[in-house]
Amino acid sequence: MAGVHVTTTINNDPVEYVCPADESLLDVLRDNLGLTGVKEGCGTGDCGACSVTLDGQLVCACLVLGAEAEGRTITTVEGMADGEKLHPLQEQFINNAALQCGICTPGFLIAAKALLDENLSPTETEIRYALAGNLCRCTGYDKIVKAVQAAAKDLRKQNKKKK
Amino acid sequence: MRYESPTTTKAAVALLSGEKGQAYVLAGGTDLLVRLRMDTIEPDLMVDIKRIPAMSEVTKTASGFKIGAAVSGAALEKNKALVKAWPGVVEAANLIGSDQIQGRCTMVGNLCNASPAADSVPALIAAGAKAVIVGKKKRTVPVEKFITGPGQTCLEKGEIVESITLPAPAKKSGDAYLRFIPRTEMDIAVVGVGISLTLKRGVIDSARVSLGAVAPTPLLVKAAAKAIIGTKLDDAALDALAMACTAACNPIDDKRGTIEYRERVAGVLAKRTAKIAYERAGGK
Ligand SMILES: Cc1cc2nc3c(=O)[nH]c(=O)nc-3n(C[C@H](O)[C@H](O)[C@H](O)COP(=O)(O)OP(=O)(O)OC[C@H]3O[C@@H](n4cnc5c(N)ncnc54)[C@H](O)[C@@H]3O)c2cc1C
Ligand code: FES
Ligand code: FES
Repeated sequence: MAGVHVTTTINNDPVEYVCPADESLLDVLRDNLGLTGVKEGCGTGDCGACSVTLDGQLVCACLVLGAEAEGRTITTVEGMADGEKLHPLQEQFINNAALQCGICTPGFLIAAKALLDENLSPTETEIRYALAGNLCRCTGYDKIVKAVQAAAKDLRKQNKKKK
Repeated sequence: MRYESPTTTKAAVALLSGEKGQAYVLAGGTDLLVRLRMDTIEPDLMVDIKRIPAMSEVTKTASGFKIGAAVSGAALEKNKALVKAWPGVVEAANLIGSDQIQGRCTMVGNLCNASPAADSVPALIAAGAKAVIVGKKKRTVPVEKFITGPGQTCLEKGEIVESITLPAPAKKSGDAYLRFIPRTEMDIAVVGVGISLTLKRGVIDSARVSLGAVAPTPLLVKAAAKAIIGTKLDDAALDALAMACTAACNPIDDKRGTIEYRERVAGVLAKRTAKIAYERAGGK
């Protein structure tokens, strides 16, 4: 099978790869590029463990072809922290014990970030709907929702300081 | 498998009709890539339409709206004019899946996948939407005639849906879509109801009622529209509407609902949907 040659940007770095035309972006990220923060739960769009953003849009990497990434911009959980400094969402997931086994966590972080990028003061209902595409089998959703609320508060404070 | 991402409809049609093996259009991929993954299809070619500019936009036309085949659910929601004109259609499209799925899924993909429970289809039928098809020639098919059976459409080899057209809504009109699912999010409709109606001096002058998930294909139920035309949607009219919807059902029995249950829910949900459409049309 002839490979597709793709030039793209991942977590602000230019990246090139060759992949079979039917390979998912999820497999490319994990197997070819070693970005194993992107998890596979179901492979069929139901669990959200593979959430990444593609040109800023939240998507399931298992339902994108690697070939589709040509010229686009991808962000994975590996791109969330600023060097050693964790993103407020990452910090609050730790503070609020919003994870146990952790396989769902990268997907929740990316989905929660997509929400907070659009709306820094979401209601609890808005948070629950925005995270409806992410499943967690261990932690329970309350702690996750609390972590997102706490991170939203931190980000609002940060923004105030900047102004 | 080959992957192609042409930038014009013409090139997409040429690729599809030139392929001897199995060729598929790739829109959002939220059905197609699941099937690829489950090994229920073995494509020789996928033609990604998301790099065709004409298919990626919503345009206001002289007669209404033209929604490109590659426009995602998330993008529909951002189009204020469309939301204002056809709130029921946009709400139906936005019910599809999670935010992750919304970032990719298209109404045309929902239509071409031809599931009996496709959420956007009853709303499109109620709104009088048409599919613009390009192949050897260009043709236009009303959405209620597009799906011919579960998973089957009127598309011929090499044909592609370029866009969906919606008429400009009449004055004093409103539309709505409701679905019933056992959960609050991320589930397949047990029943879906789309209704659009127009008022004249407070009385319903015209209406279209469509049901999803209660028959092998989504239905346009003329008897249900008749039941409310000429009324102010009083209790008698609502009961007649519910009866007509129940009678139109030809559902399956499955774990989500028995036949009796689906028939009953179709009637109840039709009443609720009609009330929302009536209110949106300015009825009191
Ligand atoms: C987790 C999850 C939740 C979901 N929830 C819902 C839901 O609540 N309600 C619902 O109705 N559906 C749901 N779906 C199904 C799916 O998301 C929808 O049917 C969606 O609208 C499909 O659009 P798409 O653009 O992704 O289609 P694709 O997967 O790209 O295409 C679907 C089919 O249509 C064909 N096709 C696409 N575009 C064209 C075109 N322009 N011309 C000709 N053929 C074309 C493709 O070849 C393919 O056969 C869900 C799916 C997932 C994975
Ligand atoms: S692995 Fe992609 S949604 Fe589950
Ligand atoms: S922490 Fe284990 S699945 Fe969420």
